[in-house]
Amino acid sequence: MALVHEKQIAPYTGAYPEEEFWNDYLRVTGGEGNLQLAEMVIHESPNCLDWARSHGVRFQPSLSGTLHLGRTNAFFMGGGKAMVNSYFACAERLGVRVLYDAECVDLEIKDGEFRSATVLQNGQRVSFPAKVVVAAAGGFQSDLQWMKKAWGAAVDNFLFRGTPYDKGLVLKALLDHGAESIADPTQGHMVPIDARSPKYDGGIVTRVDCVTLGIMVNKNGERYYDEGEDRWPKRYAIWGRLVAQQPDQISYALIDSKVFDLFMPSRYPAIQGNTIGEVARQFNLPVEKVEATVAEFNRAVQPGKFDHTIMDGCKTAGLTPPKTNWAQRLDQPPFYGYPLRPGVTFTYFGVKVNEQAAVLMKTGKPAANIFAAGEIMSGNILPRGYVGGFGLTIGNVFGRIAGEKAAKVAREGRSAVREAAYAAK
Amino acid sequence: MPQSELMSEGEQMMKVCNACRYCEGFCAVWPAMEFRRTFKASELTYLANLCHNCSECYYACQYAPPHEWGVNAPRTFARIRAESYQQFAWPKALASAFRANALVVSLVSALMLVLFLFGATRGLGSKSLSAAVPGGDFYQIAPHEVLVVSFGLVALFAALALLIGLVRFWRHSGEQVSDLLNPPTLLTAVKDVLRLKYLDGGGWGCAYPEEKSSQSRRWFHHFTFYGFLLCFAATTLGFIYYYGLGLKGPYGYTSLPVVLGVLGGIGLLIGPAGLYFLQLGRNRDITDEDQHGMDMAFTLMLVLTSASGLLLLALRETAAMGGLLVVHLGIVMALFLTLPYGKFVHGLYRSAALVKYALERSRKKTLGE
Repeated sequence: MALVHEKQIAPYTGAYPEEEFWNDYLRVTGGEGNLQLAEMVIHESPNCLDWARSHGVRFQPSLSGTLHLGRTNAFFMGGGKAMVNSYFACAERLGVRVLYDAECVDLEIKDGEFRSATVLQNGQRVSFPAKVVVAAAGGFQSDLQWMKKAWGAAVDNFLFRGTPYDKGLVLKALLDHGAESIADPTQGHMVPIDARSPKYDGGIVTRVDCVTLGIMVNKNGERYYDEGEDRWPKRYAIWGRLVAQQPDQISYALIDSKVFDLFMPSRYPAIQGNTIGEVARQFNLPVEKVEATVAEFNRAVQPGKFDHTIMDGCKTAGLTPPKTNWAQRLDQPPFYGYPLRPGVTFTYFGVKVNEQAAVLMKTGKPAANIFAAGEIMSGNILPRGYVGGFGLTIGNVFGRIAGEKAAKVAREGRSAVREAAYAAK
Repeated sequence: MPQSELMSEGEQMMKVCNACRYCEGFCAVWPAMEFRRTFKASELTYLANLCHNCSECYYACQYAPPHEWGVNAPRTFARIRAESYQQFAWPKALASAFRANALVVSLVSALMLVLFLFGATRGLGSKSLSAAVPGGDFYQIAPHEVLVVSFGLVALFAALALLIGLVRFWRHSGEQVSDLLNPPTLLTAVKDVLRLKYLDGGGWGCAYPEEKSSQSRRWFHHFTFYGFLLCFAATTLGFIYYYGLGLKGPYGYTSLPVVLGVLGGIGLLIGPAGLYFLQLGRNRDITDEDQHGMDMAFTLMLVLTSASGLLLLALRETAAMGGLLVVHLGIVMALFLTLPYGKFVHGLYRSAALVKYALERSRKKTLGE
């Protein structure tokens, strides 16, 4: 989770001032998001840590394997599932009843007012009438048909890093009942992951962090983007899309033994060979083309002092595309390669919300008793690009806003709903 | 499960864990894993014995069942530990005592009870075992020399067997015997042992017996461990009183050996009993069923030892003394005889693993590759 801290506080390793966070945000999104909401989240972010802690979430001292993210990101002890477990345990302590193996498949919405949710439980459709609803049901990335409408057949080559159940049913219900949408359906958090990963739920261990240390070639054996543009944590989110745009949505990260120990081990073993050609052959790549690409790259590498921990300025000259940092000749056998495919974390396409977390309807008015939080509305702030850990920050800030507003509506009853709806008109 | 299959399961699991690392803050296993890129049987054995079986990682794990990879670190490590206990046992012929441990403990206990009963009645001749002995002088029933010789020999044997196992474990982990006693790292490890640092889960305790984190297991273990130490101290002191100071027992209720023994006995009653009941409520999805009997047998033997000892002390001037003495001595003898072939060994191997962990941290360099 990323949040503003003007000074170093535990568990962060250094300060992350508001201005820096804001600039990071503007750079990755090109300023295309709802700046008012973004500013609100970033400004409110320092409170996320204590709120999470006071609801049972544990953080751990800066991790060794987190891509030097310790300054800007706090990591949950035990990971994301442990965080969710803590919140569920907290909710149950407060008397909230949680239904498991229950899928919300539809919402009844009349004239912009929520009436009930339809839940599929043990094969039965059960209706839950309620005064208010908070939609916090994620993106739609696991619905392959929906993804195909956006991406076409390329989706067959995509992998999905999380649950197969995130099919966007609630998102679809909201849109069908007149909610205004936000962001482009092809946009989302997408990173290059090992092509040997399972279709769903491979999670964090399928990442391959050696792209900046070597070269990336597509199935034709060609390089296509500057591997050394920026530090890996700031670039892995764009590489998912880059791989998705290559023929057959596949690429190969090639490195030599000089850098093999400089990145996190991954779930799957590297493909190994005594020559680059041997590695290329195992991937069924055009061997001569790959050899030529590597030879051309090696010739273009300029002398410099390689240091993977900083932007070391080791670059190529006269090469298109160039490699502007960490450019070293691939010359020390054995050589290694990893096959990479786009791994979708979550989609940005969602419902439009206002600063109260109320869902905006196509009429332009906010729904009086429908609120949204998390990935289902993160596209308001992140229509494209990503800042590491920002999704969790948006979830925390908007989750709290949506919860507070929903509680108010629920407590003050339907009259308050009507009043609010009236006031909205 | 055959050992090779178990080790390959462990290796696959470690490849997932080493690429994830989100459990890093829970205990020593994960930083130790991060020193490595390969996971051979010897390394898995070390990591498995470093594992305190707190189970936090299981509940946190994204790859735990129902995920298709079914990562279950507490169970896999428990199975590897069980293998290692047999692997390092001395003499080899007795290694199988680990497999049917509860049965072995029961039989040895029964045998010892019969033996002490037989010995006592033979020694007493025409006198009755249930006749009260003035001053609670149990040496009239079990002569001091007999106790010293029999328990001394058994204790020496148990200590030798444990020591050989420890050295085997240490060498198998790839370390030199001389490094076991390296003062700074030994001190770090001793602190970790005495505080049970890695049952602390970074401050929240451990997910034991079920998902909710709690310090209860750590506290019950402290009662057990320090209770055991106090009893050991009481016995040693009694030995010194007898041979060093020439003070013949039994000692008064306010004497140091008795006070220490009572305190230790209380600890050894509360601790193992607590651990026993926690164990009964344990989530069986993450335990190694094959070790259930061994765990229960050990905690029960400790409870029986302290309960019979405290009763004996309380009733030593009554007619019950003779019978209680026979029971207590029989149980203690059975406990000592089975120490090197039961749950007790976990303490030695885990402590040694903590020494190795402290060594590795001091070396601070990547192993494996």
